[in-house]
Amino acid sequence: MKFGVVVFPGSNCDHDTLFILQKVLCQEATFLWHKDHDLGRVGCVILPGGFSYGDYLRAGAIAKFSPLIEEVREFAERGGLVLGICNGFQILLELGLLPGAMLRNKNLKFLCQHVHVRVENARTAFTHRARPGQLLRIPIAHFDGNYYAPAETLHRLEASNQVVLRYVDENGEATEPANVNGSASNIAGLINAKGNVLGMMPHPERASEAVLGSRDGRLIFESIILWR
Amino acid sequence: MKVRILVSFKESVLDPQGQTVKNALHTLGYDFIKDVRQGKVFEVELQGLSEDQAQKVIPEIADKVLANPIIEKFSWEVLSEGKKVSRN
Repeated sequence: MKFGVVVFPGSNCDHDTLFILQKVLCQEATFLWHKDHDLGRVGCVILPGGFSYGDYLRAGAIAKFSPLIEEVREFAERGGLVLGICNGFQILLELGLLPGAMLRNKNLKFLCQHVHVRVENARTAFTHRARPGQLLRIPIAHFDGNYYAPAETLHRLEASNQVVLRYVDENGEATEPANVNGSASNIAGLINAKGNVLGMMPHPERASEAVLGSRDGRLIFESIILWR
Repeated sequence: MKVRILVSFKESVLDPQGQTVKNALHTLGYDFIKDVRQGKVFEVELQGLSEDQAQKVIPEIADKVLANPIIEKFSWEVLSEGKKVSRN
């Protein structure tokens, strides 16, 4: 599988993501400049973490007007795999490829810490290497990760197993204190109805080598690599 | 022509920044403050556009760019010398 990592002005996890894909997982991976109009022949597009356009206006709001994003939208509509990490998740929400929006963290603080997330749906292209209910220890680093969606949207997401990752404590319980940013229903990761677009706030690229304190994030990339 | 566009959270959305400002005001003794909602203001200068055209275009750009309709609402007004015309 060839990966394309989209680079916006202000992306800051693009190099980490490319490093993990190329050097740790030995995959073909390339940067894609946001002003380009061609995705090349990639099988998976990653919108990396960072602060595209300085988070001006709203996180992800300006990035959605980048020329390459139209290609990403068409790629997603054709069933191509798209993974949005942190700011990438925010961009997917602004684009409408995933439902809902991000609000400022409930405690109004930038949160940079390891969290536990529980794999709620292990049958997706992004999580099939995990066991159902498996706990992953992966860091978050964001100001706006407080997921919001209207009640009827939340019901629909739950009913169709689109909530893929949930913030939990070390025992795997989706408690209020474990829900560090205040997200609706402890939601940390969401997939679209078709199952080819995943957004997640935790950074799997920061948890893909033992030296980084956790290798749990590799499950996400390995799932994509081994999908079908 | 100059217009002012006001973007704020919908009533159904919790505004943690507004809540924090309210709590700070209570700490200072302003107990009569019942609620605070924080928003954004855009002052936009238009060129070569009639007011009728602006009426079409402003809601369009507010919806498409300035506000996220899932969580935010907007209102706007024309700012011209001496008169102020409010719209919602």
